[in-house]
Amino acid sequence: MSTLAAVVGIGQTKYTTKREDVSIAGLVREAAARALQDADLGWDDIDAVIVGKAPDMFEGVVMPEIYLTDALGCNGKPMLRVHTAGSVGGSTALVAASHVQSGAFKRVLTVAFEKQSESNAMWALSNPQPFSTHLNAGAGGYFAPIIREYIRRSGAPYDTGIKVAVKDRLHGARNPLAHLQLPNINMQEVEESFMLWDPIRYLESCPSSDGACAMVIASEELADKAARPPAWIRGVAMRSEPTMYAGREEVNPQAGRDCAADVYKQAGITDPRKDLDVAEVYVPFSWYEPMWLENLGFAPEGEGWKLTMEGATSLIDGGDIPWNPSGGVLSSNPIGASGMIRFAEAARQVRGECGEHQVEGAKLALGHAYGGGAQFFAMWVVGAEKG
Amino acid sequence: MGQSNMKEIAIVAYQQSDCVSDAGAANEVELIIPVLGKVFEQVGITNAQDVDFVCSGSCDYLQGAAFAFVMGVDALGAVPPIKESHVEMDAAWALYESMLKIRMGHAESALIYGFGKSSPGELPNVLSQQLDPYYLAPLWVDTISLAAMQARLMLDQGLITERDMAEVVARSRRNAQGNPHAQLGGDVSAEDVLAQQTYVSPLRKADICPVSDGASAVVIATVEKAREWGVPYAVISGIDHCIETHNLGVRDLTDSISTRRAAANAGVGDGRVDVAELYAPFSHQEIILSRALELGEDTRVNPSGGVLAGNLMMASGLSRIGEVFNRIVAGEAQRGVAHATSGPCLQHNLVTVLEKGETA
Repeated sequence: MSTLAAVVGIGQTKYTTKREDVSIAGLVREAAARALQDADLGWDDIDAVIVGKAPDMFEGVVMPEIYLTDALGCNGKPMLRVHTAGSVGGSTALVAASHVQSGAFKRVLTVAFEKQSESNAMWALSNPQPFSTHLNAGAGGYFAPIIREYIRRSGAPYDTGIKVAVKDRLHGARNPLAHLQLPNINMQEVEESFMLWDPIRYLESCPSSDGACAMVIASEELADKAARPPAWIRGVAMRSEPTMYAGREEVNPQAGRDCAADVYKQAGITDPRKDLDVAEVYVPFSWYEPMWLENLGFAPEGEGWKLTMEGATSLIDGGDIPWNPSGGVLSSNPIGASGMIRFAEAARQVRGECGEHQVEGAKLALGHAYGGGAQFFAMWVVGAEKG
Repeated sequence: MGQSNMKEIAIVAYQQSDCVSDAGAANEVELIIPVLGKVFEQVGITNAQDVDFVCSGSCDYLQGAAFAFVMGVDALGAVPPIKESHVEMDAAWALYESMLKIRMGHAESALIYGFGKSSPGELPNVLSQQLDPYYLAPLWVDTISLAAMQARLMLDQGLITERDMAEVVARSRRNAQGNPHAQLGGDVSAEDVLAQQTYVSPLRKADICPVSDGASAVVIATVEKAREWGVPYAVISGIDHCIETHNLGVRDLTDSISTRRAAANAGVGDGRVDVAELYAPFSHQEIILSRALELGEDTRVNPSGGVLAGNLMMASGLSRIGEVFNRIVAGEAQRGVAHATSGPCLQHNLVTVLEKGETA
């Protein structure tokens, strides 16, 4: 059976457009060293290193973990490199956790990163292929029609996305590590920003960031003796579905619903809105908040937008279930790390260390990531208690 | 990871496509599907719904596109959605990840597959871009040139002779005659190899693995599940992997410390090794690996021909495990070792020990 594991150290870089002062190795080492420092551990205390990032073309380095071995103190140790599209940061945390939950390792370091300024993500996602139609649209062009379908079905007011864009940036202004610092953003400013992929406006989109996130995950025995409060891993789940199949539900993907049901069951959650105190959910385009509120069971189908419009997901409005108090992907998006940041921020909430963006008394939190064309999902639930 | 106090996990099926130099118009999904069909048939199951976890290994840069693995999921029958993950590594490491999933109690069985279509690009140059991106990659030092330097070091230190290397090639070609999926088999002698011109000195073309397109797949399960399926199996009695510094100037390229360490942790020396399948893309590397694994005269090395007879990038390491499984279930071996590698000059190495199961 699964052995109990916990997050005992977290380290992040400041997220920003270009980290010209460090190499890729320097970037990942910065996050990893901070995670070790947070855990009050040294490089020698780590048994294995699990690395994640999105497509290698985002930096133009084939399997960069091979070169990052030295920077991550991994010489003489096992290293694994995970790649599951945009969900990779989450999947990497889950694979790292499995090293401990399997009983095979006592303490592992996991790092996810993206240094988007080294290359061009839009190019990397759009280079022509001999076997498929050339879609020079990037991620926004892919998701816009799905969002339009959500709006058609749910009858959500047109400014739901605008509200999310403002809310997450106001959250981000409370998180000193967030890339976008927009404390004075308002609905009008978002509405007047130019339309990129109708209905997604510029300010309803995630930025392109450099950054890395790292965590130390330890066994129960070691976590009990940890320097700072551990975040106990109460549930872990992944799901994938094909990109194309007859009847695929792209607005409310079954893989997401199944993944949530699995992780809730493990954590003993029956009503996510009530049972969870906070959620860090992968929302790269504003409208994905109401869509995922439904997909993850926080609201009945067609009613996710109501929670957003009521302020239920806003920390600042005193909402009952704050989503993305860190500012979320809309405030910082080093793609390969974005999922791990969600998982790490969920852990930070239950450790009570979030400062200005802390949800008071948070005991149970969801970390969520999705990737590809929303066919890959990774989630975990972390708690202040072992459960 | 050893098996002590843990649920025993076994290989229950293995299939590999032919290694072909150019798969033509076939795309990655078309390379994967026939192999998956055969591996499901071998276990007596229908598709990925019948296993608890799926994990694959591939490399975006072989396809020249982001998310090479994404379409692979379309080959699985992943409706309803499945528990699935992917490593940007050889699929031998996908097997490692799958074992963790079984050990933590979240699965009893797993499908692992690896695939690569290397033919459209210039593989040695493509792989040069996995070197340090600031100091080495801009020089486009290709994998063959790096391996040639390694071989030169060994020759200069008197650790091997060119004849030793040629013997490795000749044995590979002869063994490959018995492997229907091999790309290069033949009744070749060491003299024949030595008569060839050098290509990147001291390497001759025959010292270098060919570029191959294809896929392979393995199914693993708890021993209980294997018995329930009623299929022959080989128990994974140990598995471990280890990476070394990327700085080639710091490493002793004539040895493989990481292989030695992984072998010790996997328990290679705890019993007789009847057969070994080593992922040695260059002839001299087979000698380095045989020495690091401390294999003796009584071990049959690369009876499949190894990767010198056909190298499916991202699947060859998994295939090595599958080839040892084949020998064990065929009754030709009681215990065997499989090795996988990644990175320039054997930087990262994985060692698996397989043993005959009680009822296999």
